[in-house]
Amino acid sequence: MSSVRVLVGTRKGAFILTADGARKRWKVSGPHFAGWEIYHVKGSPVDPNRIYASQTSGWFGQIIQRSDDGGKKWNTPGSSPEELKSPDGMAKGESNKFVYDGVPGTHQWYDGTQHPWEFKRVWHLEPSLHDPEHVYAGVEDAALFESKDGGASWKELSGLRKHDTGPKWQPGAGGMCLHTILLDPQDPQRIYVAISAAGAFRTDDGGKSWKPINHGLHSEYIPDPAAEVGHCVHRIAMHSSRPNTLFMQKHWDVMRSDDGGDLWREVSGNLPSDFGFPIDVHAHEPETVYVVPIKSDSEHYPPSSRLRVYRSRTGGNEWEALTKGLPQRNCYVNVLRDAMSVDSLEPCGIYFGTTGGQVYGSADAGDSWKPIVRDLPAVLSVEVQTLP
Amino acid sequence: MIRVVLPPHLRTLARVDGDVELDVNATVTQRSILDELETRYPMLRGTMRDHVTELRRPLVRFFACGEDLSHESPDAPLPEPIAKGSEPFVIIGAIAGG
Repeated sequence: MSSVRVLVGTRKGAFILTADGARKRWKVSGPHFAGWEIYHVKGSPVDPNRIYASQTSGWFGQIIQRSDDGGKKWNTPGSSPEELKSPDGMAKGESNKFVYDGVPGTHQWYDGTQHPWEFKRVWHLEPSLHDPEHVYAGVEDAALFESKDGGASWKELSGLRKHDTGPKWQPGAGGMCLHTILLDPQDPQRIYVAISAAGAFRTDDGGKSWKPINHGLHSEYIPDPAAEVGHCVHRIAMHSSRPNTLFMQKHWDVMRSDDGGDLWREVSGNLPSDFGFPIDVHAHEPETVYVVPIKSDSEHYPPSSRLRVYRSRTGGNEWEALTKGLPQRNCYVNVLRDAMSVDSLEPCGIYFGTTGGQVYGSADAGDSWKPIVRDLPAVLSVEVQTLP
Repeated sequence: MIRVVLPPHLRTLARVDGDVELDVNATVTQRSILDELETRYPMLRGTMRDHVTELRRPLVRFFACGEDLSHESPDAPLPEPIAKGSEPFVIIGAIAGG
């Protein structure tokens, strides 16, 4: 029987939630890496036992953790007990060495001056669709790195950061982070990324060169609302069967593109607020999309203090509130950009985590919800693995 | 034998209990201790000082014999009790955050 594994990153550690395909009874393990901020945990689609985690701390910096047994045991790649005992190779301890390629250059700072690029942390890890040893990392200050040795060493794909518009990129309130990495399942040379607050970018040559794909976005909080870059894109989602169709939750506005990001159009429709962070697509229905509206950019909690997931079955514009099982009064949590995911069972399961430490799951495509756990530290990320 | 006290998070990361004991075959300085520590425990690289610049991370402090030596030169010889191992070299995470 199939099962699911939900990988949860929080402010104070990682948790792994497991259930069989019925998704009714859950086992919770953790905290893994207790006390550390876990920005993201994600498994390889090629080998689900291979899981990568971004562990970070204001004191001790960045750590990359890797599991090869589905999350039971973890090691910093290149420094496992076996490797340390090996007479052949001295462990290099470079799995957390993220060094920008060449002269880092500068980007725009909050006060309008130029500020040097400084590595702070890994926000997002995106394992390759083809090779469990190959993984991408989206980092703050915004850049894209990749590892081809299972996370033991990292190299920047610097064509992105060195784009002509780089000096115009600026940090959002949460930092200048590269938080979204989408790999095109039909074209291994095509990758989409999103940066707060620079916008969305696409490469068609495996990461050597990049182009901003922000045409059609309109952001009132920048001097030119239709500028080439400067948009605070919060999240982009794609269905694997239609990689040219992208859905975006922007700082404000829910957007859609049907040409690989060349042109966006707004599909916020009847949402009670088009501000929010996560967006995701149903595993089997490429026109079914989920968002979690948040009241505003200054009040990061649900409108009317009612936690509602909104679902569109029409690819946007027409949205229905999904409330069954979710708190409908006195709710003041947020759902962060990497904290929603779907499984690929039938019916599709949807999961999201809140800044209040709840992880909610729906085993019926969002019609009803139950908390899997209620009292974790603030949830930063949620990923799901569907296991055979 | 040099004794080094790691902060709890780094003990967990390095998979050690209690103090770490190191042989330092050079003048005992912050740099020579960290060099040996990172050789023995490569997973600690980058957690106490920058990979490239080797500058101390801002919220990591180095204490020895009741003194905060964080702002001393990394190449300055450490007090004799540290070099003899009668006092530990203490690495801590600064008090900050929540």
